[in-house]
Amino acid sequence: MSDQINDSRRSFLSKAAIAGSITIAPGVFLHQTAQAKPDDQAVSSKTRWGMLIDTDKCAKGCTGCVDACNNEHSLTGHGRPETDTQYIRKVSLVEKQTGHEISLPLMCQHCENPPCVDVCPTGASFKREDGIVLVDKHICIGCRYCMMACPYKARSFIHEVIENQTLSAPRGKGTVESCTMCTHRVDKDGIPACVEACTEDDHNAMIFGDLNDPNSEISKELKKHGGKQIRADLQLNTGVRYQGL
Amino acid sequence: MSKRFLRISLIFIGSILLFPAQGMAGTPFPLIHEPEGEGVECVEDEDEMRRNHMNYILHQRDKTMHEGIRTETYSLSKCIDCHVQPNDKGEVPTHENKEHFCVACHQYASVQIDCFECHADRPQKFIKRDSKPQALRQQLQEVLAEKDMGDAQ
Amino acid sequence: MKKIEYTKIKGHSVPYYGLLAGLGFMILLGLIATWYMEHNGHYVTGMTNQIVWGMPHVFAVFLIVAASGALNVASIASVFGKKIYDPLSRLSALLAIALLAGGLVVLLLDLGRPDRLIVAITTYNFKSIFAWNIILYTGFFGIVGAYIWMMMDHNMYKFKKKVGLAAFVWRLVLTTGTGSIFGFLVARSAYDAALMAPMFIIMSFSFGLAIFILVLMASYNWTGRELGDAVIARLRNLLGVFVAAVLYFAIVYHVTNLYITEHHGVEKFILRDGGIYTNLFWFGQILIGGLIPLALIYAPAVKTCRKTLGLVSTMIIFGGLCQMYVIIIGGQAYPMEMFPGYEVSSTFYDGVVGQYSPSLPEVILGLSGVAVSLLLVTFAIKVLGFLPTSLADSIADPHASK
Repeated sequence: MSDQINDSRRSFLSKAAIAGSITIAPGVFLHQTAQAKPDDQAVSSKTRWGMLIDTDKCAKGCTGCVDACNNEHSLTGHGRPETDTQYIRKVSLVEKQTGHEISLPLMCQHCENPPCVDVCPTGASFKREDGIVLVDKHICIGCRYCMMACPYKARSFIHEVIENQTLSAPRGKGTVESCTMCTHRVDKDGIPACVEACTEDDHNAMIFGDLNDPNSEISKELKKHGGKQIRADLQLNTGVRYQGL
Repeated sequence: MSKRFLRISLIFIGSILLFPAQGMAGTPFPLIHEPEGEGVECVEDEDEMRRNHMNYILHQRDKTMHEGIRTETYSLSKCIDCHVQPNDKGEVPTHENKEHFCVACHQYASVQIDCFECHADRPQKFIKRDSKPQALRQQLQEVLAEKDMGDAQ
Repeated sequence: MKKIEYTKIKGHSVPYYGLLAGLGFMILLGLIATWYMEHNGHYVTGMTNQIVWGMPHVFAVFLIVAASGALNVASIASVFGKKIYDPLSRLSALLAIALLAGGLVVLLLDLGRPDRLIVAITTYNFKSIFAWNIILYTGFFGIVGAYIWMMMDHNMYKFKKKVGLAAFVWRLVLTTGTGSIFGFLVARSAYDAALMAPMFIIMSFSFGLAIFILVLMASYNWTGRELGDAVIARLRNLLGVFVAAVLYFAIVYHVTNLYITEHHGVEKFILRDGGIYTNLFWFGQILIGGLIPLALIYAPAVKTCRKTLGLVSTMIIFGGLCQMYVIIIGGQAYPMEMFPGYEVSSTFYDGVVGQYSPSLPEVILGLSGVAVSLLLVTFAIKVLGFLPTSLADSIADPHASK
């Protein structure tokens, strides 16, 4: 008699457990994809990193993102603005016909079809699987062809000897560099320094996230309100999009 | 050209090329400071590292650069953290100094390396950083201000 | 036409050694300039993040383009069978190699990391036209070297036509590649045109021939060899055709751009508002490099005067350098059209015309490339028989009575 009761209880418990785990399982898997990429795992094209910048929230005189980037990568000035490196800069626009003013930060747009990658003779300018466009400075010969080719003038050439580099930005004379979307942070589940600074100062003009994930904040925002590419006619499908342009 | 002239010029060129051999007698044998601490070991055998450290470094750099793999075992910065330490006087050698761990051997073996043109040559905690990055923004703002004033005129 | 005899020049005289020494000294200055730029970094030059390619590239691209054109004379002889150019073929091929070597020296020494040359010739991104150019340039040396061998070796003479054809095709591809370096760039309004490639081909014809004529006349004048009017007249007429063709391409390029509203900005810049670029375009490229040479080539009064031909060739070379300057540097100086209809300003010089003033080390490097080319030719004609002993009308002219 007790066997009978135990059997039915057992079967009920096991069915309940199965039903319960089937309910919870998707949540567990979803939670796993949101965890940091382990150090020994390669980046994959399942992710495409992107940025969304709302120019209406970007104040003309504010340089928070620029300062944060300069600090993060220890970009020193040499008193030579024409040759000093700028990964990101603030651009002020005034429409000639209407007088309308816009302010926005401009950095490497991390295009899906980057002209800089096409023209690099050694392949030093390359696009990572997750969409971030980088310069492999180990094989860069400093020909500056990518700087000629970039439609956003995003790249800088290092015109002098560099010392005391930080870990996050190995950089040296004679190679070309540009915004890396802070891969050293992103690969460890962080966000770029510029976005962090903008968010911490409560301006919230910049969002960073995975364009391939329909549930990410950036994807939802883009779906609802759209986001323009600068020089969209070139059809480069940039990873950085702007609102208010 | 006469044979005599040819012979003399060959001897001349040959003797110039032999000059460095004299210098070798005077090159100091590299002194490598072992990292201190108990149970501290390199990631590979000493013999293996002597012969093949460049392969580990080159392989790792491609993996980090192209695939975003940031494991620490063969990371260059970890090598630096362990091997580049202050000397007896408390100074940390830079790559211009022949006391630097990497430079000591490389200068002796006359194999040029360009790692430290881009990579930090000593652990971050020994690198003094002043507020230069702010200076960059200030300079750039001054440039902007000049232009604005120019436009206003 | 009599059989042509080729002899080495004697090269014993003081002026000859003086020339070698002078060119060698120029090259030494170029090496010092290179060391200075490479050791300190490019901030000592006039090149910046706005104007990334400067005087060295103007000289380098000019020399490379002229190199391909210098081979023209040999091609016309071997491929198109015009006998009067046959004796000139060896010098033509030699000059082609020498000019290319000079141009490449300048290009490579200006790299940010010239120590990575091995990387450049072993690691290729085949989508890059630059990578293809590296292969095309090194292949050019091989093919033209083989071409010279065919010309000089009695046993190989029967292969001359085939190798000559291969060299002709190779250099068309090479110059197309050089023009496409600019033509493939969507970023800048002055480039991004399929026309750049054929325009560079036509420029190569003109500049290469002008340099060839100068080298030919100088080497015959200074060694006391006879150079007849028949050869000179043919070269002169050919030069006139090429100069006219370059003007044609310039007209087509600018008229097309003037039609396209999107390109009005860059056209206004080059043709009217660009300051130095406008001046170099109208006075340098069009007037001195095009119209005046045309007038002097065809004007009956000076048609046969050799000094005039020398002057004309020099003017064409000057005009060519101006054209390169306007294309390469003017094209970069004009701000990128990122926000059409907006006034743009930033700390990175967006929206403003890029400022550039050539620095001394850059100019010296460029000139030393020219010196490398000239030194190679000066040395080679002493070592091997590149020059016919005589190009008098009785020998060189296929129509001369025997």
